[in-house]
Amino acid sequence: MIEVHNIQKSFNGNPVLKGITCTFETGKCNLLLGGSGTGKSVLLQCIVGLMKPDLGSITFDGLVFTNNKVDIKQEIRRKIGMLFQGGALFDSMTVYENTEFPLKMLTPEMSKEERRDRVEFCLKRVGLENAGTKMPSEISGGMKKRVGIARAIAPNCTYLFCDEPNSGLDPATSIKIDELIYEITHEYGITTVVITHDMNSVVEIGDHIIYLHKGQKLWDGNKDEILNTTVPELKEFIFSSSLVRAAKKVDEETEGGLAAATSDEAYNI
Amino acid sequence: MVKTFGEFLIFMQSMLVRKERLGTLWQRTLDEAILIGIDSVFIVAIVSAFIGAVTCVQIAYNLVNPLIPKSTIGFMVREMTILELAPTITSIVLAGKVGSSIAGGLGTMRITEQVDALEVMGINSASYLVLPKIVAAMLMFPLLVVLAMVLSITGGYLAGTLSGAMSAQEYVEGIRTDFVPYNIVFALIKSVVFAFLVSAISSYKGYYTKGGALEVGAASTGAVTNSIIAILLADYVLAAVLL
Ligand SMILES: Nc1ncnc2c1ncn2[C@@H]1O[C@H](COP(=O)(O)OP(=O)(O)O)[C@@H](O)[C@H]1O
Ligand SMILES: [Mg+2]
Repeated sequence: MIEVHNIQKSFNGNPVLKGITCTFETGKCNLLLGGSGTGKSVLLQCIVGLMKPDLGSITFDGLVFTNNKVDIKQEIRRKIGMLFQGGALFDSMTVYENTEFPLKMLTPEMSKEERRDRVEFCLKRVGLENAGTKMPSEISGGMKKRVGIARAIAPNCTYLFCDEPNSGLDPATSIKIDELIYEITHEYGITTVVITHDMNSVVEIGDHIIYLHKGQKLWDGNKDEILNTTVPELKEFIFSSSLVRAAKKVDEETEGGLAAATSDEAYNI
Repeated sequence: MVKTFGEFLIFMQSMLVRKERLGTLWQRTLDEAILIGIDSVFIVAIVSAFIGAVTCVQIAYNLVNPLIPKSTIGFMVREMTILELAPTITSIVLAGKVGSSIAGGLGTMRITEQVDALEVMGINSASYLVLPKIVAAMLMFPLLVVLAMVLSITGGYLAGTLSGAMSAQEYVEGIRTDFVPYNIVFALIKSVVFAFLVSAISSYKGYYTKGGALEVGAASTGAVTNSIIAILLADYVLAAVLL
């Protein structure tokens, strides 16, 4: 479990995170949901240590990440895997070498054979067993994300962070990547945090959802509760998705349950 | 300006904390040495051979006084190339070639989040990416400068003898006159200093790139211009201090 307590961050006096407190649950897909520019990426960068929050604390299963003990930080970092928005694959290395890289760097005690087995296992797990010799420039966006996932989970990560895993992908590939993240999370009991603004992902994989709006947490709950929310900003966010609107229309025509949960105001956006 | 310089010093210092294992860094240094050294041999060879040739032809053209022996041409080619042209021109050429590639490479890694990916793994990206580049440059620049010296003098020989400005014997006699071995040492010291300046400035420019592809281009350009200015300033300071 990752506990985030009262995180604040501003850039040049311009507050981006205004005191966020939330928890990410173990073995679940925790979604950070919110519109563009609400500070989702900044929050994630604070959590993984790429950025220093102005105030607040972050605790990984009891280990405090935000104090200044270098060895504790390093210990936590070894358990973190991250999937970046564009994949962030090392473009001078093949797919195989990319996946092997964290093992080489972080677990020097591993033998070459053990590493090979682990890399082959991870590449197979993300469905890329035949792409090991390809360079990042030769593969598609969806494949890059898969390699990113393989690289993130290769050192047996405890925490997996994904910044907009669906950005730049077609809907079908998006769903596949979402499913892969969901399956991996539940197979290995990883604490996964996924940034998204996509309602498809919410419905698909949202075990626990945290809604951010203008640097504040306005709501959290699971995917069944989200459609019944009474938070106006969240309602507006959900029903600006045309798919959800269409679903709601069908629902209304058949007098389903969704209609009761939403006000006309939200529907008329 | 002062702020930039302070940031630069902090950047240099950040490379030296939380270092990776030496074996890893050495392997990275060898890879970088190949990129910086071997891949630059061709351009350095072309430039230095022609500079030697042109220097020789122009000195011959200017030396019309029959009282001055023809061997003076060889002597002057040697002095000019060893002291100034080989180390400085080679380093300026390398500032263009190596500097832009270092800044462009690091800038691209920065904007595509590859640097962040290293940091998230707990790797000190400055030490892992930049330190090997600087060490490799400081190893390879002197070798390239030695190559440039040899080829410049050879270029001068070919141009001088083929154009009939003097005989082979006169040229060889010239380049052997009053030879001061310290000049070679001085040139090598210069090349190591220039190597540090080019690789460190270009790394700094690339490593702190913000934005997109346009900024990567700007970082490369900035790396080259700043490196060249630094080379020329250092050239003057070293000449004043060491000669
Ligand atoms: N390094 C930075 N320097 C200054 N402002 C930043 C920086 N990173 C993010 N911001 C600002 O913080 C806000 C939130 O950004 P971000 O977290 O990327 O949004 P998103 O929720 O879309 O991921 C934006 O207004 C952005 O301009
Ligand atoms: Mg973002």
